[in-house]
Amino acid sequence: MKILVAVKRVLDYNVKARVKSDQSGVDLSNVKMSMNPFCEIAVEEAVRMKEKGLAEEIITVSIGPSQAQETLRTSLAMGADRSILIEIDENVEPLAVAKLLKGVVEKESPNLVIMGKQSIDGDNNQTGQMLAALLGWGQGTFASKVEKDGDQLKVTREVDGGLETVGLKLPAVVTTDLRLNEPRYASLPNIMKAKKKPLDTMAPSDFGVDVSPRVVTLKVTEPPKREAGIKVESVEQLVDKLQNEAKVI
Amino acid sequence: MSYKPPVQDMAFVLKHVAEMENLLAYPAYEDFDMDIVDPVLEEAAKLAANVWAPLNRDGDTDGAKLKDGQVKTTPGFKDAYLQYVAGGWNALPHNPEFGGQGLPWSLSMATNEMWQAANLSLGLCPLLTQAGIEALEHHGSDHLQKTYLEKLVSGEWAGTMNLTEPQAGTDLAAIRTVAKKDGDHYLLQGQKIYITYGDHEFTDNIIHLVLAKIDGLPDDNSGLGLFLVPKFFVNEDGSLGDRNDVWPVSLEHKLGIHGSPTCVMAYGDKGECVAYLVGKEGEGLKNMFTMMNNARISVGLQGVSMMERAYQHAVHYAKERVQSFKLGGSSDERVAIIEHADVKRMLLTMKAYADAGRALSYYAGAQLDRQNNEADADKKKAAANRADFLTPLVKGWCTDMAVEVSSIGIQVHGGMGFIEETGAAQFIRDSRILPIYEGTNGIQAADFMFRKFLRDQGTEVKKYIAEMTAADLSAMEAETQQALKSGLKTLKETTEWLLKQDMKDLDPFAASSTYYLKMFASVAAGFLMAKLAIQAKGDTSPFAQNKVKICRYYIEALMPQASGYAPVIMGGQSVLRDMEQHSFDS
Ligand SMILES: Cc1cc2nc3c(=O)[nH]c(=O)nc-3n(C[C@H](O)[C@H](O)[C@H](O)COP(=O)(O)OP(=O)(O)OC[C@H]3O[C@@H](n4cnc5c(N)ncnc54)[C@H](O)[C@@H]3O)c2cc1C
Repeated sequence: MKILVAVKRVLDYNVKARVKSDQSGVDLSNVKMSMNPFCEIAVEEAVRMKEKGLAEEIITVSIGPSQAQETLRTSLAMGADRSILIEIDENVEPLAVAKLLKGVVEKESPNLVIMGKQSIDGDNNQTGQMLAALLGWGQGTFASKVEKDGDQLKVTREVDGGLETVGLKLPAVVTTDLRLNEPRYASLPNIMKAKKKPLDTMAPSDFGVDVSPRVVTLKVTEPPKREAGIKVESVEQLVDKLQNEAKVI
Repeated sequence: MSYKPPVQDMAFVLKHVAEMENLLAYPAYEDFDMDIVDPVLEEAAKLAANVWAPLNRDGDTDGAKLKDGQVKTTPGFKDAYLQYVAGGWNALPHNPEFGGQGLPWSLSMATNEMWQAANLSLGLCPLLTQAGIEALEHHGSDHLQKTYLEKLVSGEWAGTMNLTEPQAGTDLAAIRTVAKKDGDHYLLQGQKIYITYGDHEFTDNIIHLVLAKIDGLPDDNSGLGLFLVPKFFVNEDGSLGDRNDVWPVSLEHKLGIHGSPTCVMAYGDKGECVAYLVGKEGEGLKNMFTMMNNARISVGLQGVSMMERAYQHAVHYAKERVQSFKLGGSSDERVAIIEHADVKRMLLTMKAYADAGRALSYYAGAQLDRQNNEADADKKKAAANRADFLTPLVKGWCTDMAVEVSSIGIQVHGGMGFIEETGAAQFIRDSRILPIYEGTNGIQAADFMFRKFLRDQGTEVKKYIAEMTAADLSAMEAETQQALKSGLKTLKETTEWLLKQDMKDLDPFAASSTYYLKMFASVAAGFLMAKLAIQAKGDTSPFAQNKVKICRYYIEALMPQASGYAPVIMGGQSVLRDMEQHSFDS
């Protein structure tokens, strides 16, 4: 089996996001960037499948600026075999990402695509679903467990009511949830080896995909500061406020 | 408050002080380029911050214990150590011939700083293994190297360093543990005390390097030998055999580093402790010093680690603790204490010393790389001299400052600093060992004064001062330049004064040695900070702009304090001569 894993370079999850002074977006200059945590889980899952003998090759792909090479190197240090960077400086929306990934899938013919359920910057939670639809493949989203079962893939999904297990025919798309696994730390020898693994750079035009945005961002603001609360005098006052001011009961 | 490895600060010093790019040009590093620095630091940082650091407090409250002749370490320590070994981190700077990764020492200064800052007690185990590897690589026979080095390099086995005995601490010529020749090996008998990680359950085997007196040789340094004593014998095929006659007999109760087992070790209680000579008979002390010099720089680095850790802890608290109105500000709202100038002073002092210590120690690490790699004999010698020269400065100064900085850290916390659960108190208790082991700081000062300064009539000192004098400081602010020049001038005058004193009476030199070491280290670090500031000035990122401020604070506000040692050295010690033992009876 050949696995394709999509990884995104995002604002590090430890960094507090700040809005640019012109309110056009989040300020990404001079801040620490790293691999989207859901993507790390996706890479880890692919590497575990390879270690179990279920996969022969893992290809990671990232769509982003040239610095996304560092993110791809991290995936190579974790155990991926080779990487592809589709280099583009502008923000790419989920549909365009899905179309580009479709192009990569057609070129590489993987049996399985694993990706994060969402990236922690856009929080769109769309790309995996769109990719599956574009390819006409089955999808197992929000995976907390992935098992090979004959020629099927059994994917346990975290849904609102609990867990749902679906059986997918391959090829398929799986998106990862937080509890799927705990990503490893890359070892020093693997970091060194990663430097020598192949990393190809391509352009969106190589796939004939129009990446121009369809959505216009009007304004980005920080969440409102929490205001100080008040002390209520009595239970009656509390109930009254909940009913008439907050309108929650 | 967790520990966040200052990866950006480290990379900056590696680049501009250790000059990594130049180091990587040596043929030994042809496989590497600057692109390796960030990924290596980032991954090490994850393990240090997420696995090692959270166990630091556990090590303090639930330290190592001895049960049925076996040391049990803090729960979690073994697993954290094994993750470090599995990650290949122990092998980072070592010889590829023995499974090492062959990366520069300078780079391992940064990763080691992380392990030590994350968990000083745990970090001591690999620190001693590393020193043992150096000694074996330089002095061990082919057979010893083949049998032991690979597993020590990987960290699968751990090493220890056994010098101290009750009557022989600083004075190693007084060692009484005896080695008697017995065929192709020796039999060892005696007791060692204060042996760090003398026993533990991290690894299947422990390789003790032991300094002992060889039976029949003179009762002074020339009678010493360095011996390798495995806890378990190693069979020809590499598998482990019987237990050797070496046992931990008790553990010390200590002020700090509770997670690190400090053992009393009994060698040859049953008369069956087999030991192998490392190097030649009579060269024990010399060979042990290969190990000690390496370990001394590493201990200096532990000082840097503790400064950084104490600083991070203090900043975190200072941002949260609200107390008092701002001086001259409005009295409607109380502010976080970080707003008060005196608290800012403390925090900036902590950070500036941590940065200055980092610069000085990584600079020393770079000299080791030059020394190991230079093809040109003169340059190789120059690097070796500089490394030797810097060793007591790094060990003595960075560890003294660690105690001071962790004390300031407590002060930032106010009463909470004195309360154990805050965590700030552990840093000062842990730091307090640093000026003591691996040669007390008094001995570092003597080493600096007599061996590194006076023995060559000040040649290396003058060369170093000339280099600082020639530094181009024009990019710095006028007041920064002024502070550097005046610090250097005072250092020069003090040096010249010392060289003119009558060497027949050595006591005045010894009495001033600690101050001269501090003075030299402070000024040398100041010039490295200037170098960093000049680089940072060309960069508009908030990190770089902050770096300029920190460097300037060090140079303009902290370094000048060292000039105060000048009158102390040139006169202030004269009373000392008249003090007899009985003068201390009040
Ligand atoms: C926690 C801990 C861990 C240790 N780990 C190890 C280890 O792994 N292996 C090991 O071998 N040892 C270890 N040591 C021992 C340590 O290295 C010694 O304690 C240290 O070298 C000082 O020796 P001492 O304790 O005998 O002090 P002393 O030598 O008695 O010194 C007492 C004081 O006198 C001063 N002094 C002594 N001689 C002179 C002199 N000639 N000139 C000026 N001043 C002098 C010293 O500077 C010091 O201030 C450890 C100690 C501790 C506490």
